[in-house]
Amino acid sequence: MKILVCITHVPDTTAKITFIDNNTKLNESGIQFIIGPYDDFALARAIELKETHGATVTVLNVGEANTEPTIRKALAIGADDAIRINTAPTDSMYVAHQIADAIKQEAYDLILMGRESIDYNSGVVHGIVGALLDIPSVSPVMVLDIEGTTVKISREIEGGKEFLEVELPIVAGCQEPIAEWKIPNMRGIMTARSKPLKVVEPVAFNHSTETVSYENPPEKGSVKLVDAENAEDLIDLLKNEAKVL
Amino acid sequence: MSILVFIEGSEGVLKKSSKEAISYAAQAGSILNDQEIVAVVLGSYDESILSNLGSNGATKVINVEGDVFAENQIGVFSDSIQGIMTDNDIKLLVMIKSSFSDNIGGRIAGKTGASVVSSVISLPDVSNGFKVNKSIFTGKAATTVSVNGDIKVLIVNKNTVELQESGDIAPVEKIQVSSDIEVKIKITGKEKAEGDILLEDADIVVSGGRGLKGPENWGIIEDLAKALGAATGCSKPVSDVGWRPHHEHVGQTGVKVSPNLYIAVGISGAIQHLAGVNSSKVLVAINNDPEAPFFKAADYGIVGDAFEVLPKLTEKIKSL
Ligand SMILES: Cc1cc2nc3c(=O)[nH]c(=O)nc-3n(C[C@H](O)[C@H](O)[C@H](O)COP(=O)(O)OP(=O)(O)OC[C@H]3O[C@@H](n4cnc5c(N)ncnc54)[C@H](O)[C@@H]3O)c2cc1C
Repeated sequence: MKILVCITHVPDTTAKITFIDNNTKLNESGIQFIIGPYDDFALARAIELKETHGATVTVLNVGEANTEPTIRKALAIGADDAIRINTAPTDSMYVAHQIADAIKQEAYDLILMGRESIDYNSGVVHGIVGALLDIPSVSPVMVLDIEGTTVKISREIEGGKEFLEVELPIVAGCQEPIAEWKIPNMRGIMTARSKPLKVVEPVAFNHSTETVSYENPPEKGSVKLVDAENAEDLIDLLKNEAKVL
Repeated sequence: MSILVFIEGSEGVLKKSSKEAISYAAQAGSILNDQEIVAVVLGSYDESILSNLGSNGATKVINVEGDVFAENQIGVFSDSIQGIMTDNDIKLLVMIKSSFSDNIGGRIAGKTGASVVSSVISLPDVSNGFKVNKSIFTGKAATTVSVNGDIKVLIVNKNTVELQESGDIAPVEKIQVSSDIEVKIKITGKEKAEGDILLEDADIVVSGGRGLKGPENWGIIEDLAKALGAATGCSKPVSDVGWRPHHEHVGQTGVKVSPNLYIAVGISGAIQHLAGVNSSKVLVAINNDPEAPFFKAADYGIVGDAFEVLPKLTEKIKSL
C-alpha cells in the first residue's frame, strides 16, 4: 500500500499573528513553524498503518524552500520519502491541483491530510482533491482502519459519529483521536537527513482567489467582574446588559 | 440568475445555523442585484418546514427526495447540488460552514472549477470586483480575499448575519434526482451523542475544564446547561483523559463554536482553547485563579470556586 500524507507548514498554535508591509504579509519573525496539528494526526496514523500493514509513506508539502525543516521533521517521525512542490500555497484550489497532479504521477492508495490547515482554516482541500481525481473523500475522520482494500472509517458528525466503509483509493481529512501525535526520536532525526526529498515544480494553474490584505481583530475591552458572593448578579447582566438570555 | 443556498438537516429537522445561509444570500442578493434566492434541501422533510424557509429569505425552495438522501452522504450530496447548479446556470452557491459542508463545498468547487472561499465573515463587497473577508489563524486574524472565478462557492461562518425571520412562505418545487447517482461510501452505522442540543448549533454553551477535577463533578455543568437550554463542551485535556467524549472537545483542534453565550468553567484560557471560542458573542469565565488568562478574553467573569458559583447561577436561572 502506498500512503501519501499532505502536510502544511504553519505557525505554532501559540504564535502571535501580526502583519507587515502595510498588512499584506505575515510577520514571520519570532514565529516557530510546525507541521499542521491535524496533518500531524494524519501522519501519525500513516506511520501506524505502515507498521501494521507494511505500507510506504510519502509526505507532500506545497511550499517554498523554507518549509524543508518541517518536511524533515515528518521524515524523522517515520515517513519514507518526501515531495515538495515548489510554490507558495496561496489558494485552496491551486494547492489541490498541485496535490492531485502529484497523485496522478504515482497512484497512491490512501491520501491523508488534516481536516483543515490552521492558518487558512478552509477545510476544502481534501474535497477538491477527491473531486479532481473522481475518488471518494471523507472528513473529519476520527478512526481509520484498513481491511484488504476496504477502509473502515468513523467520521465525526454533529452530535455523534457515523461509521463508513469505502474502497481504496480515497482521500481522508483527519482529526483526533485518529492517532496520538508522534515525537521523532534520535534515530529518526539522524535517518531523516538522508531520506529522499524530491523538489518538483508546480503545474500551471490560475489562482481563482487572491489575498488583498490582512487585519487583526479589534482588541477586546476589559472583563467585567462579578463578585462570587453575588454570583447570581451575572445572570441579570447577561439578560439585561448583554441581552444573550 | 439566482443564488443557490445549501441547507443541511437530518432526520426531518433542518439545521438552524444552516438557515443563516439563506439570510446571508438574501442580503448578498440585494448587493448583487440578484433577488432570487433558491434554497436546496436534499431528503424528505415536511412541506411546512420547507416552505417556512421563505421566512429566512428564500424566494423558492428546491426539494430533492430519494432514498439516496436518507443519510448525509458527501459524494451523493455534492454531485446532486452540482447537477442543480449546472442545470440552472448557478454562479453563486452559499452554505454555512460545518464539518459536513466543508466536504460539499470542496467537492463542488473541484468539479465545477469554482472559486471557493471558506470561513467567510462578511457580505460581498462589489465596489471593485468581488471581495469577502474570511477568518484566518482560527480567528486570530482576518483577510480580504478577491474572488475572481465566474462560479463562486462561499462557505460562511455562523453568526456572520442575523437569521432573518419575516414569516413569509416560499413555494416548494419538488424535483427528481437522476437515478444514476453512484453511492461509493457505505454508511454502516451511527452513534448519537447524549443530550439533544448540538454543540455546533447551540446558542449557549457551558464548557468545563480540568478545574472540575473529575468526571463525577460534571453534574454542576449539566445542571446549568439544562437550566439554560445549553449544549455542554469541554477543554482538550478533559476529553484526552476520557472525562468527557471527544466530540465535546472545544478549541483549535476540536469543535469551533460561535454561540451567543459561551460559559467557561475551570478552563484556564490557553490560546488553543480560545481559538475555538473567540467568535462567540459573549464570553464568560468562571475560575478561582484571578490570573487565569481567560479573564483577558472574557466579557464577564467571576473569580471563585466553580463548585460554589455554579449552583447559584443554576438556581437563579430556574427562578426566572
Ligand atoms: C497543538 C495544540 C493544540 C491544542 N488544542 C486544544 C484545543 O483544541 N482545545 C483545548 O481546550 N486545548 C487545546 N490544547 C491544550 C491547551 O494548551 C491547554 O493545555 C488546555 O486548554 C488546558 O485545559 P484546561 O483549561 O481545562 O486545564 P488547565 O490549564 O489545567 O486549567 C484548569 C483551570 O481550572 C481552574 N480551576 C481549578 N480549580 C477550580 C475551581 N474549583 N473552580 C474554578 N476554577 C478552577 C484553574 O485555575 C485553571 O485555570 C492544545 C495544545 C496544543 C499544543
